[in-house]
Amino acid sequence: MKLIFEIWRQESPDHKGQFKTYEVNNLDTNMSFLEALDVLNEQLLREKKEEPVAFDYDCREGICGMCSLVINGEPHGPLQGVTTCQLHLRSFKDSERITVEPWRAKSFPIVRDLVTDRSAFDRIISSGGYISVNTGSAGDANAIPIEKAKADQAFDVAACIGCGACVATCKNSSAMLFVAAKVTHLSALKQGEVEKEERVLKMMTSHDMEGFGSCSQTKSCEAVCPKNISTAAITALNREYLRAAVKKPQALS
Amino acid sequence: MNLDGKIPKGALADKWSSHKFQMSLLAPAQKRHYKILVVGTGLAGASAAATLAELGYQVEAFCFQDSPRRAHSIAAQGGINACKNYQGDGDSVRRLFYDTIKGGDFRSREANVYRLAEESQNIIDQAVAQGVPFARDYGGFLDNRSFGGAQVSRTFYAKGQTGQQLLLGAYSALQRQVARGGVKLHTRTELLDIVVDHDEVKGIITRNLVSGKINRFAGHAVVLATGGYGNVFYLSTNALGSNVTATYRAYLRGAGFANPCFTQIHPTCIPVKGNYQSKLTLMSESLRNDGRVWVPKSGDPSRNPSQIAEEDRDYYLERIYPSFGNLVPRDIASRKAKEMCDAGKGVGPGGLGVYLDFSDAISRLGEKTMGERYGNLFDMYRQITGENPYKTPMRIYPAVHYTMGGLWVDYNLMSNIRGLHVIGEANFSDHGSNRLGASALMQGLADGYFILPYTISHYLASHKPTLTPLDNNLFNRVESQVTAKIRSLLSIGGSRSPHEFHRELGKIMWNYCGMSRTTEGLRSAIAKIQQLKQDFWQDLYIPGSAGTFNQTLESAGRVADFLSFGELMCQDALAREESCGGHFREEHQTSAGEAKRDDQKFAHVAVWQHVNQDRGSSGVKGDEMRPIKTKRHTEKLEFNEVQLTSRSYK
Repeated sequence: MKLIFEIWRQESPDHKGQFKTYEVNNLDTNMSFLEALDVLNEQLLREKKEEPVAFDYDCREGICGMCSLVINGEPHGPLQGVTTCQLHLRSFKDSERITVEPWRAKSFPIVRDLVTDRSAFDRIISSGGYISVNTGSAGDANAIPIEKAKADQAFDVAACIGCGACVATCKNSSAMLFVAAKVTHLSALKQGEVEKEERVLKMMTSHDMEGFGSCSQTKSCEAVCPKNISTAAITALNREYLRAAVKKPQALS
Repeated sequence: MNLDGKIPKGALADKWSSHKFQMSLLAPAQKRHYKILVVGTGLAGASAAATLAELGYQVEAFCFQDSPRRAHSIAAQGGINACKNYQGDGDSVRRLFYDTIKGGDFRSREANVYRLAEESQNIIDQAVAQGVPFARDYGGFLDNRSFGGAQVSRTFYAKGQTGQQLLLGAYSALQRQVARGGVKLHTRTELLDIVVDHDEVKGIITRNLVSGKINRFAGHAVVLATGGYGNVFYLSTNALGSNVTATYRAYLRGAGFANPCFTQIHPTCIPVKGNYQSKLTLMSESLRNDGRVWVPKSGDPSRNPSQIAEEDRDYYLERIYPSFGNLVPRDIASRKAKEMCDAGKGVGPGGLGVYLDFSDAISRLGEKTMGERYGNLFDMYRQITGENPYKTPMRIYPAVHYTMGGLWVDYNLMSNIRGLHVIGEANFSDHGSNRLGASALMQGLADGYFILPYTISHYLASHKPTLTPLDNNLFNRVESQVTAKIRSLLSIGGSRSPHEFHRELGKIMWNYCGMSRTTEGLRSAIAKIQQLKQDFWQDLYIPGSAGTFNQTLESAGRVADFLSFGELMCQDALAREESCGGHFREEHQTSAGEAKRDDQKFAHVAVWQHVNQDRGSSGVKGDEMRPIKTKRHTEKLEFNEVQLTSRSYK
């Protein structure tokens, strides 16, 4: 199998970037997309003309959230509910031209080529995406029963891998699906209730300060989320935010 | 080499509690004068860094990924053991202790394992309080399952994503401390060496993977939570970035490396597809509850399985182990699959696979029930292979999964270098020669949340809060060696990529130091690795420079360490003249082909010391190319509470 890649190359944030075309032959339909890029990089190393393409990866089993890539205009490529590392070449046609771009959002500055800096997500979590419990102060785990439906609901949103596809696809570069996933995960549980209002206000303030845009409900994030997190979480986030802003306006300043 | 395990005196059940009382404490106002460097942010590192910051220490945390949340603990599927006995089925601290020490084939310390079992209960409380969404029953209470053949249901789980949920809990605790100023976080940062003075750790040298800048950090204590070294085999279920560099470079500075040959090979992974393959994916062990393992008895194994008649199939596990059948322990299931493939009966591309067939279960239970039980695994399999396991049998093959060996630590989780603590998979202490399912998460979190914070305070209490100045000669010297090594790597100017060498090393390790090992094979592996190391240092090619984001350079440094470390693993496997747990020496088996332990000679921890601690990591090409120089020490394992027995599954 042969593929023609149009890949975004950019040496550093200070350099101007451009698309470059690479043809890779002898690929196998059972390869993952990232393995095809590995093959391209080995080819570039053999030719010694250009440096290999920089891209992020780690677990290669769809859970660490490190891989990214906008493939033919879609974050994580054409399949639903799948990260780039779990996308395989059988999803493409022989001799197909494939554009590969980094996540494009002001809040995710380019590091090199296809690698971006997503530390804004860590800072949003730092602002309040936790339950304040020091090690050792927890009571018995079964002391507070949690309705199964609620626990399942919390799990569904807690499955977020923090990859940033939601931001990459959004015309407003909004990270509200990411924030909503954490806010609704913790507020669904009794343990998370105490800090519920403060959490949503702090996290949204941090979200806005990082330069992410607002949600205008096009639901494109839901369509590309590799963990199928629903925009229902954003609706719930808005509701929680409104309630908290009325109850604790002082926390907004 | 001083290998005093510092096991507290007294009855087994009282050791930890009396030790906690006897250890020195630091007053709250004193703690802020001490700095602790925590390297790695997986379950062990993140939980330790967060807890130490909560206590008031100054903490700096380091990870090579772009966020602490990416650490490979995130990929753990099955669950976490804890002897809560919520199911009232007879579990207890003592039972979890016994299962773990027996599962490890009696090659771990009684006192450490007992403490692990005790602390397991606190972990669940802590995680639930953090909002970890464990599975619950309809009454709202926590659900448990039995895992890995355990006779009690003690495994807590969050679907097949338990590691992810626990790590996100620890990560959120860590990020909370980052916001409070308790933890300073350094992402995309790799440890390249540690600074030691008279057997005491003084700091670390790191490389910023974005700018290439080499930095110095001084600390009163250093914690390595850098995970396992399964990637020495190139292909494993580990994340691609997982590496041995931190622990190996600590070893080069004098830390003892314990039982490096103890590796866990998991029987149910998706087989290799081709030479381009970058990693192997685990399929949960639970599949063996309803799947039957077989290979064709004879004939061309590559023919379509639907054309192979029932009487031409060899259900070899059921045949050899009639009482346990398909549910034999991991190491046995793995070894038998290899034997079948070695005998030319392997299925799928390259003949490296056996069938795991669900057709009996599907006709008994129906596709719907099977989908409810294993739907996500079947989907994942279909995604990767393009084959439908409802219609055609899965192909599986063993893959490297976990490494029980690691840096030697005493009861306080401190290595033989004072102040250098090692936690989680990076140390050797709790799993002996075989780890039980759902025990890795338990150990990482017990170390980080509940053990290290006590023991490190005890260490610091006997130290003055003065830091070694960064312009001290000690730092100058180590940093110059680190930069020399990078320069040496970049200047080779050969023709082959680090991946090529890594792949080749992986093949040697897999063939000779994998599921089955022999004297002859290990000797030839050592010679092959020494040759490969020569080739590496003469024919490596790295483009670009040291001062940029350079993934080829990152990988070259890690492969260089894997090459020397592979040699060490083979030496350890060669010296251990017995079979135990995941370590199977063909010379040491019963007439029935089962592992034969030698408790007379080998009921000990093998601890390897690097000879010439100063020159070993000089960064000079000529030094780096040389065969490793080692010395083997032992720490005797005393068993007072359990009786050493041999395992049988027939």
